[in-house]
Amino acid sequence: MRFGHKTGSVTEELALVTPSKLSIEKVSKSFRSRAGNVLALDRVSLNVAEAEFVCIVGASGCGKSTLLNIIAGLERPDSGTVSADGKPVKGPGRERLVMFQESALFPWLDVLGNVLFGLKLKPNLTTKDRLDVAKYYLELVELTRFERSNIHELSGGMKQRVALARALAPNPRVLLMDEPFAALDALTREQLYGDLQRIWKSRRKTIVFVTHNVREAVCLGDRVLLFSPHPGRVQEEFIIDLARPRDLNSVELATHASRITHALKGGAQPELSGMK
Amino acid sequence: MKRVLLAILFFAILVGLWEWAFLAKIWSPVLVPAPQQVAEYLKASIADGTLVQATVITMRLLLIGYIIGLVGGLPLGLLTARWKLFHDTIGTLALGLQTLPSVCWVPLALLWFGQTEAAMLFVVVMGTLWSVVIATDTGVSHVPPIYRRAALTMGSTHLHMWLKVILPAALPFIVSGMKQGWAFAWRSLMAAEIFVTILTGFGLGQLLHYGRELSAMEQVIAIMFVIVVIGLLADKILFSPMERFLHRRWGTNS
Repeated sequence: MRFGHKTGSVTEELALVTPSKLSIEKVSKSFRSRAGNVLALDRVSLNVAEAEFVCIVGASGCGKSTLLNIIAGLERPDSGTVSADGKPVKGPGRERLVMFQESALFPWLDVLGNVLFGLKLKPNLTTKDRLDVAKYYLELVELTRFERSNIHELSGGMKQRVALARALAPNPRVLLMDEPFAALDALTREQLYGDLQRIWKSRRKTIVFVTHNVREAVCLGDRVLLFSPHPGRVQEEFIIDLARPRDLNSVELATHASRITHALKGGAQPELSGMK
Repeated sequence: MKRVLLAILFFAILVGLWEWAFLAKIWSPVLVPAPQQVAEYLKASIADGTLVQATVITMRLLLIGYIIGLVGGLPLGLLTARWKLFHDTIGTLALGLQTLPSVCWVPLALLWFGQTEAAMLFVVVMGTLWSVVIATDTGVSHVPPIYRRAALTMGSTHLHMWLKVILPAALPFIVSGMKQGWAFAWRSLMAAEIFVTILTGFGLGQLLHYGRELSAMEQVIAIMFVIVVIGLLADKILFSPMERFLHRRWGTNS
């Protein structure tokens, strides 16, 4: 941080907030589809500690994104509860911000405008405070030079860094990430793993990260939860006790990843034969 | 600069061909007057005020009618996009009336308002309104749901959501609807003016009409030229900047 003279609220705004403790209890959710009622989540329970980085891995359609939306408050569970720091989640709120895939940036705003969007909705800040905070986060994701760029001019990786800055700017307690790097090429992705680990270290957030990429999950998470589909359940849990920053190509990481991949395949086989 | 010169050259050749056709006497000079005659008519009618006055009368009607159409169409389009009830009622009405060529409103307008400016205004509003309603409705329903979800998590609700997310996201559609509305309004006004004499003052359409009555071909061509220039200017001044902005921001050609 390099601000010559900080006003009170900017300092406050950039101060570390206590990350939330999430508690998800027996959450169920079903959808109506042509094939009848699909149970996307079946009594899923999980706890996420303050500042913990939890990755949820599973095949497409296993309900992991649904769970993320429920934690965000964008969808309601049929039954069960989600609470953050003991308070039940009733709807979306800026304490829990979601980072979607790249299409969620607003094309009618430039980079700075996108990062400012959430800040402008936060009360008790002056225009200058908001600008300072936005610029701080743009610097954090190393995009200061591009603050006046239009969204379509950015590469996929830059777009996701803007999305990260936009999600971090209102200083949420929880960051929910829904396959944010899925559309990127391998090299860009690897670079973003580094960025995300660095930022997570400096900004301490509780993160729930949904992905179908096992190595990505092992590279980022303190804990990896394996989801099994139909109905969506937590099948297995893996603690990843590797030192950070982690290298995606290290042997230890690959060992963890192959263990999870085996479990993933093992868990999927009876389901596949059962589908016929 | 080179492009401007080429364009000038193109139009100079066009006028040259015209001059040649006049001198070669292929057609009767009554049907094809010389370029100079047209220029002289323009000069004279600007000097005596007829042309300027007619242009002012026409543009005033067009702009007022267009603005009424916009101001009415935008909220109506938002209503039809937001509530199914309005979509099924006003939306269907708008869709039906939009397919009606707006000059078809002229007989009705004349019976309702008589040979007055109000009748012209009514025709222009009808030409604009429905296109804007339809375009706004389409634009809003094409806003990707993910924008709304992202905005929701950042704390945007209700009015803020409409003004800061949905409306700007629908802007490319709205601008093309505005452009279409303008085209409809302009065409319907010209048709109405040629069709109907307004006693309070002559518009461009009426000058065109009387050019025909008097077999004054130089007047007909001169007025047509003015109408083309107004259309070009409207496009360059009103819509090109908006479209350039959209193109720059969105990075698309839509």
